[in-house]
Formats: sequence, C-alpha cells, structure tokens
Amino acid sequence: MFFQLFWTYLKIGTFTLGGGYAMLPLIQREVVDRQGWIDEEEFLNMIALAQAAPGLIAVNSAIFIGWRVGGWRGVAGAVLGAVLPSFLIILAIATVFAEWKEQPAVEAAFKGIRPAVVALIAAPLVKMARAAKISWLTLLIPIAAALFIWLGHVNPVWVILATIIITLVIVDIVERRRK
Amino acid sequence: MIYLQLFLSFFKIGLFGFGGGLAILSLIEMEVESNGWMSQQEFVDIVAVSQVTPGPIGINCATYVGYTAAGFWGSVLSTFAIVLPSLIIMLSICKAYFWLTKRFHGNPYFEQTLRMLRFTVIGLVASAALILIKPTNFIDSTSWIIFVSVAFFTVLPNIVKNKATDILSHPILLIILSGIAGYFIYR
Repeated sequence: MFFQLFWTYLKIGTFTLGGGYAMLPLIQREVVDRQGWIDEEEFLNMIALAQAAPGLIAVNSAIFIGWRVGGWRGVAGAVLGAVLPSFLIILAIATVFAEWKEQPAVEAAFKGIRPAVVALIAAPLVKMARAAKISWLTLLIPIAAALFIWLGHVNPVWVILATIIITLVIVDIVERRRK
Repeated sequence: MIYLQLFLSFFKIGLFGFGGGLAILSLIEMEVESNGWMSQQEFVDIVAVSQVTPGPIGINCATYVGYTAAGFWGSVLSTFAIVLPSLIIMLSICKAYFWLTKRFHGNPYFEQTLRMLRFTVIGLVASAALILIKPTNFIDSTSWIIFVSVAFFTVLPNIVKNKATDILSHPILLIILSGIAGYFIYR
C-alpha cells in the first residue's frame, strides 16, 4: 500500500501545475474512479475537511486518503509522494537560480514577470469573493484584514486568531440569547 | 540558531495557513521578511517559479526559503515543518472522523468560524498582492500594463467562457508571455 499510494501521489504531484486545488480532480479520478479505494461521498467530505483544516490542501488530502486506505504506511506513502516532486524540483532550481538570475536576459525577463505574478495573486480575489457568497457588510471583513496586514504590518496569524475568537464570542452571545 | 528559526516559522505557517496556497503566501511573506531570509523581489521571483513548476506553492516556498537560508538541511527542515501541523491535525481528524462529523455537523460555533475564516482569507490574499505593489516590482508604466493585461486575461473566462479565453487565462502561459515581453522591453 505504501508504494501504491506513493506512486499515485507522485504521479499527480509531478504533473499538476497550480497547486492543491488543481490536484483534487486528478486525485478523485485516481482514488475514487480508478482504484475505488474510497467512495465519492467520503471523498467530498474529505475535501471539506482538508479545506477546513489549516495547512496545504494537497498535503491534508494525502494524509486523509493515506490513512483511510493504508493506515500509517499509507500516510507516509501519500505524503512523500505529494511533497517529493516539488521538493526536488525546487531544490534543483534553488541551487542554480541565484547565479542564473545574474544573467541580464533572465533579469530582464523577471522584470516583466514580477507585475504578472502580483496580478496572478490578485485576480482570483473576485472568484474567491463570489464563492464565499460575500455581501456588502461581510466585505468589510477582508478589507479590514487586508488593511491591518498591509498598512498596519500585523502578522496574518493574529488576524486569523482574532477572526476565530471574535466569531466564537459573537456566536456564543447569540446562542445564549436564544436559550 | 537558524534551523530552529526555520522550523518555528514554517511550523507556524502550516498551523495558521487556512485557505490554501494563495492565502498562505501572506504568512510566508511576513516570516521571510521579518527574518530577513529574502528580499521582496526574491520572494516574487520564487512565487513566479512556483507558478510554473508542479506541486503545492507552500512546499515550493518552504523548500526554496529553507535552501537559501540554510542549505540542503534547511530545505528539508522547512518542508518538514510546514507539513508537521497538517500531520498532527489531519491524523487527529481522521481518528475522530465519525465522532467529529456527528458533533460538528450543524454546530453554529464551528460553521460560523469556518464561514468567517473564508472572508478573512480573502483579505489575506489581497494583502499579499498589496504588499508586493512596490517600486522594486513595478519599475515603470510598462509594469502596470503587464499587471492589467494579466489580470484581465485571468478574469476573462468568468465573463466570456470559451476555449480561447480558457487557454489565455492559464497562469503558466501568462508568466511565459510576460517573461518574453520583459526580455524584449528591458534587455
């Protein structure tokens, strides 16, 4: 089971560009449709949990499926398979990147790439806001969060903790009133 | 002690990184900057490399930052550290799966917290982009033309959905095209 899961995740990890979300449909095809290791409903529950829990979605889903399919060995195989390709590729790039970047041609190319990267980070915001069913009122939450981090230099960790604590306090007050 | 610092930073990123790759960027940005492991420009470059190489962006960043800060073992340690919180939390979830789904399904505390975190995460992604809008990354008006064009082609499939807009919105293609544009404009 270790090798089967390792191989499945290695394959998916090596050939998927675009990170965790892009991996999910491929994982589903392999694990649910082809191998039949878990059923569709459990897979969807798994995605919900992997997204709700902190951490990388690809890694979270690897842990869940690894555990359900093959216990500890399954977890080890799936996580190694998910992590190893990007680790090795980036390591190879990191060893040459610093020197390589000194080249004027590469430096010129990166001058064009940098604003593109910022756009690629910013553009999915519209889709994310729609998917979260944001309203004019709740729009204040991301705006406040962004301003605290951007202009206030607050560590995002505090913003996340504050969100959790404030929500729990408000829900608690509402729940107590209801009783 | 650089190894301990790397471990703690990436453990923290793994522990508080809600909402996947893009949301994690703002956490990585903060850690990398406050520890002086990389300049902002280098950070953008590695995000660009992450976009055109396979795998989760968090792993890519951890490996790269770890390597530049402390060599091979730094990259191993950072990658391990960002995965470790997931291992602890997800294995606990797996073990308590049936108990959890019964206990937390429809629980207002749990569901509202998740809902609010989704809103906050949007702010985190926005802050990651805002922090990077700086003269080091936007050197002249051409930078803004590239920024607007890439944003336009990325959002386009949401308005006009067809094969052509789908291909044009692909991040790898857009990065390669921006690189080619940069080469001809700035060389």
